[in-house]
Amino acid sequence: MDKHKKPIKPLATGDKTIPPEGAKMIPIYIMGREYIVPETLTIMKATEYAGYQYMRGCGCRGGICGACGTFYRFLGDYKLKTGLACQTVAQPNMVITQLPFFPSNRPDYDLEKMEGTPHEELRRLYPEVFKCVGCGTCTRTCPMDIDVMDYIALMKRGDLKGAAIKSFDCVMCGLCAARCPAQISQFTAAMFVRRIYGKYILPTAEHLKKRVEAVKSGKYLKMLDELTKKSADELKKLYTEREREPDMAEPGKWMPKDVSHL
Amino acid sequence: MSGYTPELKELIKNVAATRPQRVERARKNQHFPAMTMDQRKEWLSKYHPDYKPDGRRAVKVGPNKGETFPEEVVNLLESKSRINPKNIDLAKIDYETDVLVIGAGGAGTAAALIAQENGCKVIVATKLRHGDSNTVMAEGGIQGADQECDSPYYHYLDVVGGGHFSNQPDLVAGLTNDAPLVIHWLESLGLMFDKYHDGRMLVRHGGGTCRKRMHSAGDMTGAEIMRVLRDEARNRSEDIKVLEFSPAVELILNADGRCSGAVLYNLETKEYYIVKAKAVVMATGGFGRLHIQGFPTTNHYGATADGIVMVYRAGVKMKDLDSTQYHPTGVVYPEQNIGLLITEKVRGLGSQLININGEEFCFPLEPRDIESSCIIRECLEKGKGITTPVGRMGVWLDSPMIEALHGEGTVRKELPAKYIQFKRYGIDISKEPMLVYPTLHYQNGGMMINANAGTTLPGLYAAGEVTGGVHGRNRLMGNSLLDILVFGRRAGMNAAEYLKTVKSQKSGVKLTLEHVEKFEKELKAGGVKEPVIGPMILPEYTPDHVKARQWG
Repeated sequence: MDKHKKPIKPLATGDKTIPPEGAKMIPIYIMGREYIVPETLTIMKATEYAGYQYMRGCGCRGGICGACGTFYRFLGDYKLKTGLACQTVAQPNMVITQLPFFPSNRPDYDLEKMEGTPHEELRRLYPEVFKCVGCGTCTRTCPMDIDVMDYIALMKRGDLKGAAIKSFDCVMCGLCAARCPAQISQFTAAMFVRRIYGKYILPTAEHLKKRVEAVKSGKYLKMLDELTKKSADELKKLYTEREREPDMAEPGKWMPKDVSHL
Repeated sequence: MSGYTPELKELIKNVAATRPQRVERARKNQHFPAMTMDQRKEWLSKYHPDYKPDGRRAVKVGPNKGETFPEEVVNLLESKSRINPKNIDLAKIDYETDVLVIGAGGAGTAAALIAQENGCKVIVATKLRHGDSNTVMAEGGIQGADQECDSPYYHYLDVVGGGHFSNQPDLVAGLTNDAPLVIHWLESLGLMFDKYHDGRMLVRHGGGTCRKRMHSAGDMTGAEIMRVLRDEARNRSEDIKVLEFSPAVELILNADGRCSGAVLYNLETKEYYIVKAKAVVMATGGFGRLHIQGFPTTNHYGATADGIVMVYRAGVKMKDLDSTQYHPTGVVYPEQNIGLLITEKVRGLGSQLININGEEFCFPLEPRDIESSCIIRECLEKGKGITTPVGRMGVWLDSPMIEALHGEGTVRKELPAKYIQFKRYGIDISKEPMLVYPTLHYQNGGMMINANAGTTLPGLYAAGEVTGGVHGRNRLMGNSLLDILVFGRRAGMNAAEYLKTVKSQKSGVKLTLEHVEKFEKELKAGGVKEPVIGPMILPEYTPDHVKARQWG
């Protein structure tokens, strides 16, 4: 190793973005008020750069929690656009408002006690779903690029599997519901459908059921208890000796040589 | 957007050039050799940020007095209260309930559900919205030994091996024993697990596992868990009342020394409320937003260590709080995605870590701290990292290998969220690799609990990232989603059990905040000058040019 080499140091800026050198400054309009921010920042980071401290409208900052649904337009352009503030890059002349909350319809239900078929239950809980006018605004609104109108159509048709799978990426930001002329809360209906699908349509795991019975019978308590009493050296030995299931092993087929602790 | 710069595109050619041979070797199960135990130790002490002496100091007061933790954490442990107990009339109670759950992520919601099932009325107080938590951000999966070739015994060995044998044994036994129960619970709540046609769970390896036991729901397992649990809690809203934007700022004790509620703070109206409860569950999560040593973080906005601050004042001891997990693969390019987590599943599916010359330099599924150390070594010591336009350092994570190994379209199918997040910036991760560097990911340590999720303070339970001991000094992928649910459920159950014992006691024991006053006296006596105010509640990213103009 070359001892004269200058030590390399990583940049330590926490969560603050470093605008590239000579970054262009651009005007954005946060709820109509002009701020000048460096280009390439997300709307969220641009808003913080402008001096806001978020309380509502900011959650995971990683595009999955749905707290930062945002509507925006460009000055002089009639088209209304949407995005997640933490994922959408701020551009010149963007007029921005976040929608941190939107009142949605979400009737309670008992997943264990379904009165009718899944499709009947959907009709009972969310009759408005069946009044979809097919305008497609929801699909154009979704910041996750989900074809919302399509999954609503699948719901109407009774294809709950299709609706569950097609709505799976939903982050429940509520922007679709905010724009729906039929006043549907698409994202809450989809939540209901996914749980119905997960519980009643997806087949259950037999191997899991068996293992749960074994755990409940207390089968593993003794061997676990023995492990808790072992020294670090004894554990190290067991740890290094354990067999690794091959990556490409067929599901449920491979078995270790030693089966005494299964 | 434009994707990689021409300079980076040029470097990507090195990765593409060596890919065919690497894929060929991977197909034959020929991997870069994993490290021996001795090598692991050496790499950790040389390259892991936890082992750097600077940026830490000894805490001057409280149950862990004299122990050394990161400065950012010590500042908060030595903080003073937001409230003046003298101004608060504890006889005026705003809410009364059986169980108060503080924090509404996965652990808190699981605790609320199980406490409710056991006959309790529950209030859940949370700083942001119900579900705003690190739970939603966990992508890769949840472990549970439910396959024929596996058992809690092997899961236990993996957990303690990953934790370098520093874990609290009774917690590991609880974690691994309950894992199949938790997976089954989620299945019964309608969670959309990845399954084969016959219902068999689709499972994979994670870093440091000897059996394939990583269950997933696409690449948003945590988000799916959170939305299912939250949906179920909403169905039980008659018994589970959720107060959003109302973080707890102090615990309330009673004259018998039992935890008996908390002071909440309404972020919007700036009012304080008194909640009286027979038992309290602390589930506030971790400290990623403290940005230890200036690292970016994968954590959600609210991860500011509020829970440990409150319980520390009430005398609860911390364990391993000097141990931080850096996730090996945080995004360093594009700049907008800084700190964003790239799930370990990407490596589970066969992607390798590659240096500037297109070479492998480590086994891609080492435990996380080892993997992080390898990347830091490659960049800082060997100088074989790749530098971004703003000067950040990283190595390649070769995601296109997934397509080569498992067929075209696998990246889109298995990693839909990640695919979209890069596509927005003009990068197709099924064709181009990602640039990554370790990022602050998880608080390994935390408040001490026992296997019942109980603490040394009667009436106080805790679960999830706020606690320490389950994972020791390093956590394996897929065990935090498991941890929050196993101990969240145990906390709910044992809080409900505990209620039966307090019910028989005389009610009307006086509430008190004396521990807060006592702690502030200790701060003075301990020589803590100008303590900050804690809990922090919200992180602050106001830039200097704005601060300079906040003249008020």
